Amino acid sequence: MPISSRTPGKRRNRIIAVGAVMVLALLLLAIAANLTGLDVSPALAEETAAASVEGESAYAPPPRLSAEDYPRIGNISSRAVVWLAAQLHLWFAAFVLAVPIFVFIIEAIGMYTRDERYDKMAYEFIKVSITAYSLTAILGGLLLFSLILFYPDLWGYLTTVFKDTMFYYALLFFAESAILYIYYYGWNWLQGDFRKWLHLTLGLMLNAVGTVLMFLANSWVTFMMSPAGVDAAGVFSGDAWAAMHNHLWNPINIHRVVANVAFGGSIVGAYAAFKFLNATTPEEKAHYDWMGYNANFIAISALLPLPFAGYYLTAEIYAYSQQMGITLMGGVFAWLFIIQAVLIGSLFLSANYYLWCGMGRSDGAERYNKYVKWLALGIVGAFLVWFTPHTLVLTNAELKALGGPYHKILGPLGIMPAKNTAVNVMIVLTALSFMYYRRSNKVATVSWVAIGNAAQVALFTAGLFNIFFLGIYHGYFTNTVYKVAASIPQVMTTLIIIVASMVLDRFIYRGAKEVAPLRWGRVPARAQYALFLLAVAFTWLMGLMGYIRSGIRQHWHVKDIMRDASVDAQTPTMGYAANMVSLGVIIFFVMVIFVFWLSQVSGKKSLAPGYWKAG
Amino acid sequence: MRNLSKTIFFSLLVILAFAGFSNFVVPQLQPAPPPKEEVLDLSAMTMDQFVALGGRLVEGKGTCMLCHNEVGGRAPPLSQSVELTPLRLADARYEGSATDSESYLYESMLEPSAFVVAGFGKAGSGDTESPMPDVSGGSIGMSEAEVLAVIAYLQDLGGEDISVEIPEDAGAAAEEEEDEEDGEGREPFETVEEIIDEFTCGACHMVAGEEGDLGPDLNAIGATRAHDYLRRAILDPNADIAEGYEADMMPDDYGEQMFAGELEMLIEFLAGLQGEGGEP
Repeated sequence: MPISSRTPGKRRNRIIAVGAVMVLALLLLAIAANLTGLDVSPALAEETAAASVEGESAYAPPPRLSAEDYPRIGNISSRAVVWLAAQLHLWFAAFVLAVPIFVFIIEAIGMYTRDERYDKMAYEFIKVSITAYSLTAILGGLLLFSLILFYPDLWGYLTTVFKDTMFYYALLFFAESAILYIYYYGWNWLQGDFRKWLHLTLGLMLNAVGTVLMFLANSWVTFMMSPAGVDAAGVFSGDAWAAMHNHLWNPINIHRVVANVAFGGSIVGAYAAFKFLNATTPEEKAHYDWMGYNANFIAISALLPLPFAGYYLTAEIYAYSQQMGITLMGGVFAWLFIIQAVLIGSLFLSANYYLWCGMGRSDGAERYNKYVKWLALGIVGAFLVWFTPHTLVLTNAELKALGGPYHKILGPLGIMPAKNTAVNVMIVLTALSFMYYRRSNKVATVSWVAIGNAAQVALFTAGLFNIFFLGIYHGYFTNTVYKVAASIPQVMTTLIIIVASMVLDRFIYRGAKEVAPLRWGRVPARAQYALFLLAVAFTWLMGLMGYIRSGIRQHWHVKDIMRDASVDAQTPTMGYAANMVSLGVIIFFVMVIFVFWLSQVSGKKSLAPGYWKAG
Repeated sequence: MRNLSKTIFFSLLVILAFAGFSNFVVPQLQPAPPPKEEVLDLSAMTMDQFVALGGRLVEGKGTCMLCHNEVGGRAPPLSQSVELTPLRLADARYEGSATDSESYLYESMLEPSAFVVAGFGKAGSGDTESPMPDVSGGSIGMSEAEVLAVIAYLQDLGGEDISVEIPEDAGAAAEEEEDEEDGEGREPFETVEEIIDEFTCGACHMVAGEEGDLGPDLNAIGATRAHDYLRRAILDPNADIAEGYEADMMPDDYGEQMFAGELEMLIEFLAGLQGEGGEP
């Protein structure tokens, strides 16, 4: 295309993109401005003002409930219904919010590289999420009705505090739907220079609206954990923004955005794996292999920073309420973190296994095969350390045999600094696996390749040494107070290793020669099961962590303000929680398989000769 | 179709593995039930019982021991709180209005930030803000009478004369933690095995198949000791110390933790132990 004809087009594209972003920003600003001290009804505003003059609030405190205040339908467990409805809604919502994030990025990469494969893959991803979008809305409705039916007083109190945000939430849902449908159905229509920019801008708007929607819903959930904008008795001050901007809102926002991307990546990875296994032609196999690889890459890229977002959230839970923090990490919920260790260990092992299997796509990878066993050993070792519990519930005989509550050799591995060290090592080794994978089909040609490789070795060695030193020194040779302090420099070390090694490798492999091409589709079927494991483990993990997040409120609907007086107020055993999570995962995957099947069916066409009237 | 079946089978297997691990490998702890609301009857309470109530509140409803323990180092140990009161009050940073241990402990519980012991403040607050909540509010919600009971307990713990008086009025619907080990607020155990298990007798004694060796072997205790001795040994363990064992090893509050029926069932069981492997 001649430069003269591209320049005005580019300017126009920029104007459209900037314009759309500004409209969206103005809309969001208007909502934010309205939420600050807003009362939708002027009459209520007057009433509030009059009441505050008299020293009384216009809002009632949450009611003090008894078991009779909770309607029941037969022998149906209210908690189980709300639990499943909320969890299923959350899984689908996480998926449909995450997919547009990486679809936007993949579409942008396609536009930048002008490689149509990216565009097709992005379209296929969004196609999968479009049916899931309807299911999200249906499950959201189910959750709403369940809350109104089974927990009417809680719902009443939450609507008192959040009536404004709930109103805007409903409005934004319209915006989200409208943009999503134009974005999806207009994909093939909005192709070409100007139209493609318009389409990408729609993707940006879709993400912005989706993120705001999630942040609004997060504020209701976090209000229940760390209420704000209310007094000690739970009487609402009238400031909706204060209630939204409660202590745990941003930590949950960050954690959920990152986790959603990892989860979304794992689900589309399962989709690609399923399609790969059913592919009949080499082209199809190659396409879905490539798609699965990219999905795994997305999931792992988001999985790596996830523990850090988790640390931040946990630190903020402790900062808000030491009691809640100790219930989380030191009380009955502490054992759930052993289950979490098993799940995250499964995630890391399956993701790495997939990468190692994927190295078979290029004959050039044989150079690195010898390192795989050491990587596997390191990751399994780190997993076992993470898995080692601090204290165990023991019988007297076991206590005596062990010589105390801690094992003499393994006991020290149970403390947090050992676990922090283990998780950082696991992340660093996964980054190393990925580096070997990226190098598998290439040979560096720069003159300083030996120095570059030596620098990489030095970087990983020094980094791992620092992670171990920090963990051992702070964990075993300093005061208790400083034990957790090691986690931040450890995390920084890990991040430095990942970023520096990627940058360095980019320079080392600039202009690299391809020794053996990557043959997409040349991957064993068992690698696809690693993708299924990733998806199932991630879904199960989200269910478990969601239970923990909600469970640490214990017998409070709204922590310290509105007590749960229902028959289900007691925290269940871990087995019960695990069974609920498992049931939810099974229902979720039945629905997901339905979604996959629909996306397959939508592309099929049956010929029915003689059925239709000729002419 | 074959691939679909394999995928479903594999996914179910993974889910079952996670569920199985959570059900059969991880111990199934039953979290304590939510605190039960009941009115304290203070009219017939002795000071010992009031102190015992304070102890239960510290261990249970007050959740004090989550932080005030020797292991975690998150808050100063409670065993020294009375002993160190004069030092706290003389501290240059102290700006509260307390004059003695009773008023200091009261102030510490209701206004924890009035004085923060050096090193125990919220991060970044320079020890001006305490991470401890006001025990009369929020999820703890102690009544005035309960706060006084905790003070009585801490004064007793610190070896000081108890200065608080048992209030006549317990306050509106004071809450009592429903602790599994309390005699009140739970269903009585139905078998002696449950009693021995729940009160962990076997951790120190050889009894009912347990192998504890910190206290006397009880497998033939009924052959040498009568009912009255056994009752006294449970209610007031320091009254008679068996030869070769030390005093103050056995908790002295089983009388407050057990129902009368449970106590009698346990005594009957012990009295029936005549040897032969501990079976009556």
